[in-house]
Amino acid sequence: MSQTVILLPLLFQFALAILLLFFWFKVPVQRVLSIAGSALNVAFSAALFVAVWQNGIICHNAGNWQPPFGIVFVADTFSALLVLLTAIAGLAVSVFSAGSVTQKRLKFGYFPIFHFLLLGLTGAFLAGDVFNLYVWFEIIIISSFVLITIGGEKAQMEGAVKYFTLNMLASVMFLTAIAVLYGLTGALNMADLAQKVLLVPNRELVHVSALLFFVAFGIKSAVFPLYFWLPDSYHTPPPAVSAIFAGLLTKVGVYALVRMVTLIFIGDSSLADILAVIAGLTLVAGAAGAMMQTHLRKIFSYLIICHIGYLIGGLSMLTQAGITGLVFYLVHDIVVKTNIFMVAGLIYKIRGANSLKNLGGLYADYPYLSLLLAIPLFSLVGIPPLSGFWPKISLITAGMNTERYVLTGLILFASFATLVVIARVWAEAFWKAAPQLAPREGFEYFDDLTKTRRAFILAPIILLAGVSLYIGLGAENIQALSLRIAGELLDAGPYIKAVLR
Amino acid sequence: MEVVLALMTGVLYAAGIFLILRRSFVKLIIGLILLGNGANLLIFLLGRITKGKPPIIPGELKTLADAYADPVPQALILTAIVISFGLQSFAIILMKQAYRILQTDDLDEIRVSEKEEI
Repeated sequence: MSQTVILLPLLFQFALAILLLFFWFKVPVQRVLSIAGSALNVAFSAALFVAVWQNGIICHNAGNWQPPFGIVFVADTFSALLVLLTAIAGLAVSVFSAGSVTQKRLKFGYFPIFHFLLLGLTGAFLAGDVFNLYVWFEIIIISSFVLITIGGEKAQMEGAVKYFTLNMLASVMFLTAIAVLYGLTGALNMADLAQKVLLVPNRELVHVSALLFFVAFGIKSAVFPLYFWLPDSYHTPPPAVSAIFAGLLTKVGVYALVRMVTLIFIGDSSLADILAVIAGLTLVAGAAGAMMQTHLRKIFSYLIICHIGYLIGGLSMLTQAGITGLVFYLVHDIVVKTNIFMVAGLIYKIRGANSLKNLGGLYADYPYLSLLLAIPLFSLVGIPPLSGFWPKISLITAGMNTERYVLTGLILFASFATLVVIARVWAEAFWKAAPQLAPREGFEYFDDLTKTRRAFILAPIILLAGVSLYIGLGAENIQALSLRIAGELLDAGPYIKAVLR
Repeated sequence: MEVVLALMTGVLYAAGIFLILRRSFVKLIIGLILLGNGANLLIFLLGRITKGKPPIIPGELKTLADAYADPVPQALILTAIVISFGLQSFAIILMKQAYRILQTDDLDEIRVSEKEEI
C-alpha cells in the first residue's frame, strides 16, 4: 500500500503526459484533460503527503532490487511537501495556460510537454539515487527547452540559446561530480553515499566533488555569479511558462543542494562558509538588479535571484532555525513566485505592455482586481501577517545565533530592497495615471477575451493568493511542518535507516 | 591505459571549455558535445578499468569468485550518451532555427531581447 502511494503522483503524471500526446491536434480535449489531471494529481500528492506525515519516510525499491544496488524512490516529509507544492503550482499554471497561452503554441504540444516537466520535477523530488536525480534533471531541462522555445519568436530564441547553454553546462558539471563521487565511494544511492563519503580518506577529492555539485546546482538555482542566464531568458516565453519556471525550476536546484549538503557532505564547514558568502552576494546582486530594471517580468526575475539568497543563506547556517527558515521560505517562495509571474502575465494581457513606463492606472480601472494582486505582491515583500514575513524571523534568529552578522544584515537589506522594488511597481503600474498608448494590432486584450478565458486567467491567481494567505495566517502550522523537516534534514540517521533497512 | 584515458579526458574538457568560450553558435555546440564526451570518459575511468573479467557468474557458482569489471559505470555512460544524444540533436536544431530567425551566429550580437521595451 505504502509503495503505491509514492509511485502514484509519478506514474499518474507520466500516464497523463503520454495520454495528452494522443490528442496532439485536439487542443480543447488537451485543455480539459490537463486541468482535470492536474486536479487529480493534487489529490494523489496530498495522499502521499498525509501518508508520509503519519507514517514517516516511505521508500520504494524499483524492480525490487535491494538498495544500495537498485534505484530507490524516497519520500521524506521534505520531498512529499515539495511534490504537493509542485502539484498545486502545476494545477494553477495548467488552468492559467488554458486561458493565456495562444492557440498557435497550444497546437505544438504545449500541454504534453508541460506535464513531462511536472513529471521530471516530481521525480527529482522523490529520487533517492544521485544518478536517477541526474536523469530527472535531464527530463526537466529537455521539457523546459521545448517550453521556452515553443512559438519561436525572436526574443524567445535569444533567451533559449542562453538558457540552453548554461543548463547543458550545468548537466555536464553534475555528471562530472557524480563521476568523481562514484570513483571515490563506488556508490550512487544517497543513503549509501551518506555513510561511505565519511569514510573516504582523500578529503580533497570529496571537496572537489562537493564544489562540482555546488556549481552544477548553483547554475540551476541561479546563485551569484552563475545567474546571468535567468534574467535574460525568463521574460521571453509566455507568462504561463515563466510562472512554472520561476516557481519550481530554480527551487529544484536548491532542493538538490539541500539534500547534498545535509545528507552527503555533512559537516563540511568550508562549504558552509562558501555558501554563506555566495548567499550574501546573491542577495545583493539580485536586489540591485531588480532596482535597475523597468521590464516587469525582468524585475521579478531578479527578485527570484535575490530570494534564492535567503534559501542558500538558511542552508549555510546548518542549524535547526536556519533550515526551518529555509523550508518555510521555500514553501512561500514556490507559491508566490508562481503567482507573481501569472500576475505579470495578467497585467500584460490587460495593458499589452511589460515596461513600467507604459503601465499605469490599474488601480483606477480595476480596483477589486488590484486588491487581489496586492496579496501576492505584498506577500513577496513579507509585510506581516502575509507569508514572506514569518520565515525571515527564523533566518535572522539563526543568523544571529551562528554569528553570521554580515549575512543577517544582507538578509535585512534584501527585504528592504524587495519592499522598495514592489512599492515602485505598485506606484508605477497601479497608482500612476495610465499613459496614452495606441492599441496594439492583433493583440488579444484581457477585456476582449471571452468570459471563460478570463476566468481561466483569474482563477489560478485567486487559488494561489488563497494558499499564500493560508501560509501567512496559518503560519503556526507551516512553522511546525518546517521544524519537523529541519529535524529530519539535520539528523540523517532515520533517512539512511529507512532506505537501507 | 589509465594515463592515456586521463589525458584524453583532460584534453576533451579543455577543448570543450575553450570552444564554449568562442562566439560562434557552431563552436558552442561542438564545445558542449566535447564536454559531454569528456564526462562520459571520466565516469568510465573512475569506475576502475578491469580488463577481461566480465561480471558473469559461472553456472556452477552462486557468487563471483574473482575480481570483476564493474558494470555500473557502463550503464551510467550508456544512459548519459542517450540523454546527450537527445540534447545535442535538440541543440543543433535550436541553433539552426536561432540562426534563421536572428540572422547571426555571433553570441555577442544576440542582445535584442535585453533592450526591448514594450
